Amino acid sequence: MENIYLDHISSRPIDPGVLEFAKRFLEHDYGNPSSLHSLGLEAKRALEEARAKVAELINAENEHGIIFTGSATEANNLAIKGAALRNIGKGKDVAASAIEHMSVLNPMKELQKNGFTFNLIPVDSNGIVDLEKLDEVITKNTTVVSIMYANNEIGTVEPVEEISKIVHEKGSYLHVDATAAAGFIQIDVQADGIDLLTLSSNDLYGPQGAGALYIKHGTKLQPLLLGGGQERGFRSGTENIFAIAGMGEAARIARLKMAKEGNRLKKMRDRIIQEILIIEGSHLTGHPTQRLPYHASFRFDHIEGESILLNMDMYNMQVSTGSACSSKTLEPSQVLLAIGLTHEQAHGSMVLTIGRSNKMEEIFAIIKAVKETVERLRRLSPLSKKEVM
Amino acid sequence: MEQIGYSKKVMEHFMSPKNVGTIKNPDGYGKVGNPVCGDLMEMYIMVKDDVITDMKFQTFGCGSAIATSSMVTELAKGMHVDEAMKITRNNVADELDGLPPKKMHCSNLAADALHEAIKDYKGKKWLKKETTKGKGRNADRGAGNKGMN
Repeated sequence: MENIYLDHISSRPIDPGVLEFAKRFLEHDYGNPSSLHSLGLEAKRALEEARAKVAELINAENEHGIIFTGSATEANNLAIKGAALRNIGKGKDVAASAIEHMSVLNPMKELQKNGFTFNLIPVDSNGIVDLEKLDEVITKNTTVVSIMYANNEIGTVEPVEEISKIVHEKGSYLHVDATAAAGFIQIDVQADGIDLLTLSSNDLYGPQGAGALYIKHGTKLQPLLLGGGQERGFRSGTENIFAIAGMGEAARIARLKMAKEGNRLKKMRDRIIQEILIIEGSHLTGHPTQRLPYHASFRFDHIEGESILLNMDMYNMQVSTGSACSSKTLEPSQVLLAIGLTHEQAHGSMVLTIGRSNKMEEIFAIIKAVKETVERLRRLSPLSKKEVM
Repeated sequence: MEQIGYSKKVMEHFMSPKNVGTIKNPDGYGKVGNPVCGDLMEMYIMVKDDVITDMKFQTFGCGSAIATSSMVTELAKGMHVDEAMKITRNNVADELDGLPPKKMHCSNLAADALHEAIKDYKGKKWLKKETTKGKGRNADRGAGNKGMN
């Protein structure tokens, strides 16, 4: 049986065009962009070209606002710790939504340990940030508020423009983690009113090992890494030119493909959701309409997510889950608890994230595999028996 | 090196678990875990002359929860109940060619479920003995009554 990859949220294959474009930086164009000789200048040219391509994807004012990092995690850390530490003069309050990625929540928690006040903003059962609560929580002492563009586990897209208005009324910075959204949803940092925005190379079908932080002109930030002063001093360390050039090219391709590919994915996604919800005891997680075009997430009564993942893998289909049993901490996904699921409900989650390689013709096989998986695991489960009896 | 993922044997037992199901009026029944933690196991045993003759299970949980349940039924079937009480979580994991470290505690409950089923069997057996004793006395009295009629 041919492999059907349905875990694009975890990792995406590198676009062949991107690899072709960037591989020369691994093979022979190995100059350091800080060097003034010809090889160095060639690397510098590639670096600045990538910056311009990424800026264009999110409609940044110009390319100077883009800082390359080693990952989206690093960009999130830089945005949050950088903004909080640099703006202590304004206050020591920070805030984030309850469904942020660990690379946002953990830096916030670390700040909290060091005397900052960290406010968690709740979301509703669809995963939409509670705007009233947001308004309530932000004070004149709040330096940075972090709300993601779209959530990786439940696919919900947040009303960023409205959020921005509330955050800016109090004079706080808005940081937006757009890792899951960029390249799939039209992002306009100027129109949306975003001060700091995180991007990931791999989530654009670029190579792993690069991320980027958009920093709006005038935003005050303290660097995390000190050294040779690369990336305007915001991120010292010799640039990973292969990954960065790849990320730039991936951003360019993603921008060109976005409209057409988005429509194609959306059709597939809707079909998958429609068919899977026919299964008894299946539920959609996240927002029914305001969701990422490639994202279909569910939970099933009476069965456990890691078993679902393993069982689907037997059909050569790779999926992901927010189940505790598959997490490093053995705790269920914070996102699923934040939308109001009980531990028991959160255990039965399955996330399908489709991508460029998936075709409409695969849907029949996917649905069949999910149905058989659910049926088989329910036959094994003592919980389903009780319902029937 | 830390074990990465599940062994082949775990996957075999996950994909084709042995002795799945329930037994009506079992000689022993054991239940451990709870759905909030993500693992729940139910074991049913039939016993003859203190030897486990049949065994079934149902499990809600991850891959290792299902595989360990299946494995423990394989190990315990045909065993004297006192021997089966000695099966440990480690025995089960070893028979499966090991479990990832984080799974050793949370989802390796199958041996515990087996022990619960055996304790239930022993409890029932004791109760039966007690009631048969009682029944015996009643029977005598009954016979006496009959005789009087």
